[in-house]
Amino acid sequence: MNVIEINRLSKAYGQVQALDEVSFSVARGELFGLIGPDGAGKTTLFRLLTTLISPDSGAASVEGLDTVSDYRRIRETVGYMPGRFSLYPDLTVEENLNFFAALFGTHVQDAYDLVAPIYRQIEPFKNRRAGKLSGGMKQKLALSCALIHRPSVLFLDEPTTGVDAVSRSEFWDMLANLKTKGITMLVSTPYMDEAQRCDRIALCNEGRILGIDTPAGIVSRFDSRLYAVSAGNMFDLLQTARTFEGVAACYPFGSTHHIVAGENFDAAALTGYLQANGLADVRIEQRVPTIEDVFIKLMQR
Amino acid sequence: MKETVISIRELTKRFGRFTAVDRISFDVYKGEIFGFLGANGAGKTTAMRMLCGLSFPTSGNGTVAGFDVMREGEMIKRHIGYMSQRFSLYDDLTVMENIRLFAGIYKLTPYRTRRRAVELLSRLNFLNERHTLVGALPLGWKQKLAFSIATLHRPEIVFLDEPTGGVDPITRRQFWELIYEEANRGTTVFVTTHYMDEAEYCARVSIMVDGEVRALDTPAALKRQFAANSMDEVFRTIARGAKRAE
Amino acid sequence: MNTNIAHFIRKESLHILRDKRTLLIVLLQPAVMLLLFGFAISTEVNDVRVAAVAPHRTEGVTEAIDRVAHNPNFTFYGYIRQNEIDDVLRRGDVTAVVVFADDYDRAMIQAAQGQTVTPPIQIVVDASNTNIAGTASAYLQNILLGTASAQSLFETRLLYNPQMKSAYNFVPGIMGIIFILVCAMMTSVSIVREKEVGTMEVLLVSPVRPTKIILAKMIPYFAISCVTLAIILLISRFVLDIPMSGGIGGIVFVSLVYLALALALGLLISTFARTQIAAWMVSAVVMLMPMIMLSGMLFPIENLPLVLQPLTCAVPARWYISVMRKMMIEGLPLDAVLLELSVLCFMLLAVLGLAFKKFNDKLE
Repeated sequence: MNVIEINRLSKAYGQVQALDEVSFSVARGELFGLIGPDGAGKTTLFRLLTTLISPDSGAASVEGLDTVSDYRRIRETVGYMPGRFSLYPDLTVEENLNFFAALFGTHVQDAYDLVAPIYRQIEPFKNRRAGKLSGGMKQKLALSCALIHRPSVLFLDEPTTGVDAVSRSEFWDMLANLKTKGITMLVSTPYMDEAQRCDRIALCNEGRILGIDTPAGIVSRFDSRLYAVSAGNMFDLLQTARTFEGVAACYPFGSTHHIVAGENFDAAALTGYLQANGLADVRIEQRVPTIEDVFIKLMQR
Repeated sequence: MKETVISIRELTKRFGRFTAVDRISFDVYKGEIFGFLGANGAGKTTAMRMLCGLSFPTSGNGTVAGFDVMREGEMIKRHIGYMSQRFSLYDDLTVMENIRLFAGIYKLTPYRTRRRAVELLSRLNFLNERHTLVGALPLGWKQKLAFSIATLHRPEIVFLDEPTGGVDPITRRQFWELIYEEANRGTTVFVTTHYMDEAEYCARVSIMVDGEVRALDTPAALKRQFAANSMDEVFRTIARGAKRAE
Repeated sequence: MNTNIAHFIRKESLHILRDKRTLLIVLLQPAVMLLLFGFAISTEVNDVRVAAVAPHRTEGVTEAIDRVAHNPNFTFYGYIRQNEIDDVLRRGDVTAVVVFADDYDRAMIQAAQGQTVTPPIQIVVDASNTNIAGTASAYLQNILLGTASAQSLFETRLLYNPQMKSAYNFVPGIMGIIFILVCAMMTSVSIVREKEVGTMEVLLVSPVRPTKIILAKMIPYFAISCVTLAIILLISRFVLDIPMSGGIGGIVFVSLVYLALALALGLLISTFARTQIAAWMVSAVVMLMPMIMLSGMLFPIENLPLVLQPLTCAVPARWYISVMRKMMIEGLPLDAVLLELSVLCFMLLAVLGLAFKKFNDKLE
């Protein structure tokens, strides 16, 4: 059974089409990722699903409840962690948690088994004001607060933005743990490398969905050969490689540049061409594409 | 011998009993892209503020663009460019108005302002957008424009604080190409980022943990040193030991 | 689910208590303003020095001067010569000079018999402070003439505020403004802060009804305002000696209605303000300015240009200040202010209704 059903959902803010006929569904217990940059429409989608705003057209349901007509009941069953820091900075860690428990008419103890693995990490600081916590700890507290009423569906809008790589990785470990408890999760992130941690992902940009699949499935859609190339002067390499026939695209990618092979691409010929143009230490090898490569390709289409 | 543009020794900043930055020392060379990484709360922002002449160190010494960080904060500000993710341009002014404003702040002559503006706008393919309000531009465009304006007065060093946060993968790369170009021209680029693939684009990378610089080398050397495949792994290995309760 | 409103109130109280600076300002401001207007920026006649010019120090003259000298508001400087008048006034030695005519006694007797006479007394006043000049000369006339031996030529009776204490006039005005400042500004800023921080999204997505969110916001601020009200009333009664003869029960009751109205206005502001600064600006500038200008606090409504007079009806403070003047100073009972009270009640219901309607449980 699908916990979230989205059918041709659209929403515009003035001239800007924030969401343009988006459709997909999320199955029970799935960890579903919305991957895309700012302006992709991720936050708009979250606000529509959490019933904070109404769509211009299309429909969506959560746990079988319509987001427009049944919004009160949806609010009782979902947990939501908005993109911004959504805690009271002048209240302590403990006061925040107690307040959010009271908000849902429950007690911290009732959800302790669910919250404990996360909350225990910040419990030593329970008397500290939330505003004085670091990014990683705020995030853990916000997640604890979102779980306090044992929601069956959890919406997490860019929970890892602005957080360092270690805390981000820890956060995804916590989500993986929640998945074992059967909670359905919809998570958005601008970091492509986090897509691997999801069961399925939707790549989105400018209000549209570029593709939906498992991370492996998305990667398999990359229908060209991909090469990683490096040389002594990386900036010259970029400029020169782009002038070579058969290079469909060339862009920086970590310590190398990625080259998307067009028709009649010949790696050996490229090496020769680059050397002839004065580049030293030219190395080229074929690579398995990443989700980011797919995203770039789909964006250019 | 490479020319150094930033040279700091034992730079320290204390707030009461809390040591935010603990005796950091390093050199940055002319025309280098220098990655300044660190875990949340490691002291990156505090360190960067001292380098930009926005706050005075508690102790230590050093120079930025040839000026003393302990005494010549005002001179430093005149010789650097700065761009952050949070604030860079005025949304309610047009592209051209923003350019003129910053040209005025750095006292460019009207002739140079016009020349640089045309240069900048054609480089970014923005000529048709010059009378558009900055607020109406997509985020990625804004960031590219902000970077170009931060380097309008040809500073020796440009400081970039998480310039690509939330920007799509293509625009992010276009942004880095601008950085490369600027560095090729001889400008030193000092940049912080949370994207570890961007750390690979830097000539050298320093990683701060608990107020100290724990590692500093080229990405390739760091990967060798920590037997890692990517900068992401390097970063995690170093930052995992962070004691500071974030 | 009814238990959680208590938690809401607790949380709201914590916000208020944590922000010590604001709390201090809110509690101290009324006291400071009252004392400032009550004593420092006084327009009343206090310790006015008076000199006299009298060619003949007859019995009538000395009697009149005695009365002035014994009045606590005046100090008698001494007799001076006619040609010294300008000097003493210029040097600021005295504020007023009383000049008795040669035939003062005879003129007073003739006047008492009903004959027409040329005025036997002239009062020369330093009018650089017009307030003091006006009040002092009027009061001085009263003292000089209001005696048993000599019937005055005219009689001015000062009702309700016979000592012409200006604090009396300012207290109702200050009350009208402080409650708007405290209630409207604080509630609107606290709600808008939640929008800015992002916590409002979480509150809205929870099953709690917006009515409850609103009520929980209003109650602690209402409580603080009650403390403020108590402070103001205590200072008024025991420090400024305002009679409040209209009955304390009625005064408190009308004040509570006005407090609720101020809270409702704050709520209304918060429904359209997006940032704390905007909420602050609307409460401070858009609401406060007309309140000061059009409420009758500074300028009597009858003295305003005719076009502005109907506008004053829309200013809540106008009605409240009018009630407080009647009940605290004139000593009228509650049934003398029924019109004002019903206007305030009507405004409360209208604003509250509008606020609840606009405060929906969506973000749009």
